[in-house]
Amino acid sequence: MFKTADTTQQQRHSGPITDRKHMRRYVLIMTILGALAVGLTFGVMTWDNPAETGSRPWWLIVGMRRDSLITIAVVAVCHAVATVAFQTAVNNRILTPGIMGFGSLYTVIQTTAVFLLGVGGATALVGVGPFLLQMAAMVVLATILYTWLLSGRFSNIHIMLLVGVVIGGVLGSLSNFMQRMLTPSEFDVLTARLFGNISNARADYLPYAIPIVLVVVALLWFRANTLNVIALGRTTAQNLGVAYKRELIIIMALVSLLVATATALVGPMMFLGFLAATLAYQFGDTYSHRLLFPMAVLFGYTILTASYFVLRHIWDAGGAVTVIVELIGGLVFLIVLLRKGRL
Amino acid sequence: MSITLTDVQKDYSDKVQIGPVTTEIQSGGVTALVGPNGAGKSTILTMIGRLLDIDTGTITVAGQDVVNSPSKAIAKILSVLRQENHFVTRLTVRQLVGFGRFPHSRGRLTIGDEKYISEAIDFLNLTDLENRYLDQLSGGQRQRAYVAMVLAQNTDYVLLDEPLNNLDMQHAVQMMKQLRRAADELGRTIVIVLHDINFAAHYSDKILAMKDGKVVKHGTPAEIMQNEVLTEIFNTEVNVIDGPKGPLAVYY
Repeated sequence: MFKTADTTQQQRHSGPITDRKHMRRYVLIMTILGALAVGLTFGVMTWDNPAETGSRPWWLIVGMRRDSLITIAVVAVCHAVATVAFQTAVNNRILTPGIMGFGSLYTVIQTTAVFLLGVGGATALVGVGPFLLQMAAMVVLATILYTWLLSGRFSNIHIMLLVGVVIGGVLGSLSNFMQRMLTPSEFDVLTARLFGNISNARADYLPYAIPIVLVVVALLWFRANTLNVIALGRTTAQNLGVAYKRELIIIMALVSLLVATATALVGPMMFLGFLAATLAYQFGDTYSHRLLFPMAVLFGYTILTASYFVLRHIWDAGGAVTVIVELIGGLVFLIVLLRKGRL
Repeated sequence: MSITLTDVQKDYSDKVQIGPVTTEIQSGGVTALVGPNGAGKSTILTMIGRLLDIDTGTITVAGQDVVNSPSKAIAKILSVLRQENHFVTRLTVRQLVGFGRFPHSRGRLTIGDEKYISEAIDFLNLTDLENRYLDQLSGGQRQRAYVAMVLAQNTDYVLLDEPLNNLDMQHAVQMMKQLRRAADELGRTIVIVLHDINFAAHYSDKILAMKDGKVVKHGTPAEIMQNEVLTEIFNTEVNVIDGPKGPLAVYY
């Protein structure tokens, strides 16, 4: 008796948040993440600052650290948003843009520059023009690759994964081949660039990277409702009137832009996006991309800043930040894969 | 107002070819597509539902060309449900059914949309299950949830590809009764691929029989339920006897 009365009284609704409990949990997690992010940002900026608080040198150091933090934020946004959108488009929550050979592409471009131009090549790739060129190359190649793989005969996860891995392997051995013929000093310069490194990033790229990222994220944000439908798979999306192929190409181009920006900034990172996206699905527990994107971004930023803080300020090993994030991300990837038991 | 196919053809390879098919599916009621495996029933259905590209020919639904009209516009007059549905997203029944309103709401559900959603859920007796997650449901309940989604889409034409697959006797009968009611009470035109000729004969108004990629017979159940007609369609000896609820095909 009571139960029926209760259900009729309760408003029947279909939104992405199922009930009040779900709402409370989402808000709570976002608040905790937000507080952590602010706290860590503050920590990174002020911890262990050798100069006197409030003095000019103190502010100079804070300013330098601020640039690193902005880079981290841009990278976190890129990887988190790109991975969520990519996984929606390929309808699989294991694949990431990184696994599909993005890193190897970056390596080949860098290696080719050093191979052809010598040590000067590494420096030739520094600067705004080369930065944008490098990005454009990655975007074009990735968009072609993804859309070709996703449309027509090859729309099969296993083939796609295989092709991605093989392309990664081919590009990898190409770089390897060129690296063998470098002089030790050239190789040394190259290696320093190939490791994803936040200190590698140059502040003068940011004025170009930030607008690109903002525009791309805004475009994906406006497409969020379509993304929700695309997550239901090809036939359901087509039934609901989504121009599937066109949307897929658009999403893939946007994803490529984001990943290319992040890669051109700090080098390849395979698992940061995966980590952020997986945690967002787990804790957000919703289909809505408007709720998933912010949560994934906050996870990405918090993870990256936390490891930056610990490694740079406590262990004094700032260069290893991305390496550690990749280590944790890779482990989580394996755990998720083994627990799920399928692709 | 009807579904018309003109010289529709799909070439899978030099040897495997579906069509050319020219036929008209009248508006209203339930039309069943029957035939042996590989006859092209699902191919024709998915082509009408514009999920599969047509190689030659044209298909129009309510006067609109399904290939050239915007997919958005077609989604308001025609909905199609395939057999295998696998989602990576975790959804409740109600959220899934809510997606059926996407062609109309573009993702912003209004009070009017919620009304359609509730009606579709109630229609398929899913009211008690509406807040359950799909992965907590049995196969039959999940199948009903998918059908509720296409009903919430509120289209005049509803295409279903073997919705009775994997359903036991009780759930198969329930599903057919609900589809019958959707045709009678809601005035939907339902086109459905069925394997069981007896189900087709009992629940549908028209049967479209296919074989080797061609339409071999299109008529009322009474016209199709004949010994020689069924024997020819299914390549198996079939005897039609009088059952308690109409003609019954015996083929075992």
